[in-house]
Amino acid sequence: MLDAASLECVRGQRRLFHRLSFNLPPGHVLWVLGPNGSGKTSLIRMLCGLLRPDAGEVRWKGEEVRASSDSFHADLLYLGHAPAVKGDLTSLENVRFGLAQTGLGADAHEAEAALNEFGLTGRERLLARFLSAGQQRRVGLSRLALGRSKPLWILDEPFTALDSQAVELVQSHLTRHVMGGGTVVLASHHDIGFVGTPVQRLQLGA
Amino acid sequence: MALNWWKYAAPQTFYPLSGRLAPWFLALAAALAAAGLYIGLFVAPTDFQQGESYRIIFVHVPAAWMSMFMYVVMASWCAVGLALGTRLSFMMALALAPTGAMFTFIALWSGSLWGKPTWGTWWVWDARLTSELILLFLYIGFMALHAAIDDVRRADRAAALLALVGVVNVPIIYFSVKWWNTLHQGASVSLTRAPSMAATMLVGMLIMALAAWMYAIAASLYRVRSIILEREAHADWVRQLPEASV
Amino acid sequence: MKPLALAPMFASVVRRDLTLALRRRSDALTTFFFFVIVVSLFPLGISPEPSILRVIAPGVVWVAALLASMLALLRLFAPDFDDGTLEQLALGPQPLVLLVTAKVLAHWLVTGLPLVLIAPLLGLQFQLPASALGSMTLSLLLGTPCLSLIGAIGAALTLGVRGAGALLALLVLPLYIPVLIFGAAAVSASTEGMPAGGHLSVLGALLLLAIVFGPVASAAAVRIALG
Repeated sequence: MLDAASLECVRGQRRLFHRLSFNLPPGHVLWVLGPNGSGKTSLIRMLCGLLRPDAGEVRWKGEEVRASSDSFHADLLYLGHAPAVKGDLTSLENVRFGLAQTGLGADAHEAEAALNEFGLTGRERLLARFLSAGQQRRVGLSRLALGRSKPLWILDEPFTALDSQAVELVQSHLTRHVMGGGTVVLASHHDIGFVGTPVQRLQLGA
Repeated sequence: MALNWWKYAAPQTFYPLSGRLAPWFLALAAALAAAGLYIGLFVAPTDFQQGESYRIIFVHVPAAWMSMFMYVVMASWCAVGLALGTRLSFMMALALAPTGAMFTFIALWSGSLWGKPTWGTWWVWDARLTSELILLFLYIGFMALHAAIDDVRRADRAAALLALVGVVNVPIIYFSVKWWNTLHQGASVSLTRAPSMAATMLVGMLIMALAAWMYAIAASLYRVRSIILEREAHADWVRQLPEASV
Repeated sequence: MKPLALAPMFASVVRRDLTLALRRRSDALTTFFFFVIVVSLFPLGISPEPSILRVIAPGVVWVAALLASMLALLRLFAPDFDDGTLEQLALGPQPLVLLVTAKVLAHWLVTGLPLVLIAPLLGLQFQLPASALGSMTLSLLLGTPCLSLIGAIGAALTLGVRGAGALLALLVLPLYIPVLIFGAAAVSASTEGMPAGGHLSVLGALLLLAIVFGPVASAAAVRIALG
C-alpha cells in the first residue's frame, strides 16, 4: 500500500541514496536503519510528503502522496524527531490539540486514558514544560493510543529518551497496530523487537 | 522542435551553449551602447528647457526600464521553476537578480544626478524614483533571502515565492506611490516629465535600452555559468572541464 | 473519537494559539508597549507643537504599527516550527491554508487588535480632532489585519533562518507600503476635515486581496520551509 519508486536524496553535494524502492503491504513494518547522516530522517520526511524527493515517487494506495495530500494525510499518523509538545500547554491540552490537528477529536476522558496508559497519571494538568524530556516524549507518544483509526504510522526514532517500560509500551502499541492490519514505518537505532510480524529492513548508508 | 529546447534545460548542455552565446551578446551590447551614447551625447539637440544636463536620461530611462523588465523576467523564471521543478530556471533567476539590482541602482543614481542641476536637489520623492527605490529593496530582499537559507533547494523555492509575491505587488505599490505623489503635488516636482521628445532623443533612448538588454543577457549568462559550476561541482562533466582543474 | 470538520478544526487552532498567548502574556504586552513607546518618541524627536503633531500623527502612528506588527510576526510560526507542531499542522487532513488563516487570526487578535484599541488615546496625545480619531481607529482596524496577513508570508519564508528579524523587515516592509499610504492618508484627510471614505475603501479592498491571497502564499511558504 505504501510504495516508493526510485527515490533519490541529495543533501548539499552528497547523494545520500538513489534508486531506492520498496513495497509495503498492510500488516507489514518497514524498519529504516543506518548511521547518523545516512538520510533516515530525509527518507522518513519524503514518505510523509514533507520533503520533495530529488527523484522518484512515493505512493499510498496507488496515488502519489504530494498530489492527493488530503486523503493521504487523513490516513497518516506521524511522530517526528521533535516531540511536538508545547511547553505552555498542559499534557491534556497537548494531546487533545495534537489529535485535533490530525483531524481527530478526542474528549477529555479518552485523552486522560491515553496519558494514564503512558504513565503520566497525575500530570495531566501540569504544563508540559515542567515535565522531564522523557515525560514530554511520552505525551507526544500517547497519540499512538488514540491513533488506531489511521492505517499508516510513520515514526522517526520513537524510542529516544524512553525508559525500558515506555519502550515496551510503544512496542506493544506498534505490534497491535500491525496485527490489526495497519502499516508502520519507523527509523530506529534501537532494536524494534517485533515478534511475529513481517519486518522489511532498509539499511541506508551502506 | 520541442525536444530540442528541453535538451538545453539541463545545466550540462546549457553550459557550453551559454559559453558560446555570451560573448556575442556582450559585443552587441558594446556596439549598441557606443551608437546610443553617440546619439545621446552628440547628435540629439540641446533641450530647450534643461540645456545639456537632460542628456542623463539616455542612461536613466533605459536603466529604469531594464530594472523593471528584469524583475518580471526573473519572476517568470521563478514561476517556471516552481511549476516544473527545473533546477536551471532557479539558477537563471538567481543570475538575473544582481544585474537587475544594478540597473535599479543606476536608475536611482542617474535620477539623482539629473535632479541636482535641474531642480537643485539630490533627491526628489517623485513617484517613479520612489518606486525604483522600493524595487531596489525587492531585489535586495530576494538576494538576501536566498543567501540566508543554507539548503540551496529550499533557498531557490523560498526566493522564488518571494519574487512572485513581489511581482504581484509591484503594480499595487506603484499605483499607491503614484497616488501618494499626486496627493502631495505641491511639494515635489516630477522627473518623469521628460523634455518633449525629439525623434532623435527617442531613438537614442531605445538604442541604449537595447544595449542594456544585451548587456543584461550577457552578464546573466556569464553569471549563470558560475552558478552552474558551483552547484554541479560534484558531477563528472564539470570535473572534466578545463576551467575546473585547479 | 470523531473526525473533525473544517470549522471545529479552525476553531481548535485559534483556541490553541489564544491559550498559548494568554499563558505567555509577555509577548503580546511587549508588542503593545513597543507601539506606545515608538509613537511617544516622535514628539520628543521632532516637536511638541500642536500644529506639527497633527501633521505627523497619521504617519507616526502608522509606521509604529508597521514596526510593531513586524516584530510580532517573529512569534507567528517560529515557535511551532521549532517544536515540531507546525509539521503536524501541515500533515493534517484539513487544508493548510485554513489552518494558517486560523493562526494569523489568532495572531492579529493578540497583537493587532490592542493597537487598534489604544490608537485613539495616542491620537489624543497628538491633538487630533475627534473625526480623525474615528478614521484612525477604522484605518487601523482594516489595516492591521492586512499587515498580519502579508507579514505572515515573510514570517513563513524566514523560518529557521539566521537573523530572521532583520531579514523579515527587509522582505515585508516594502509590501506594507500601500497599506501605509492609504492608512495614513485616511487619517490625514480627516484631520483636514475631508472625507476619508475613499481611502478606507481602498484599505478595505487591500484587506480583501490579503485575505484571499495571503494565506495561500503563506501556506506555500510554510511547505517550502518544512521541506
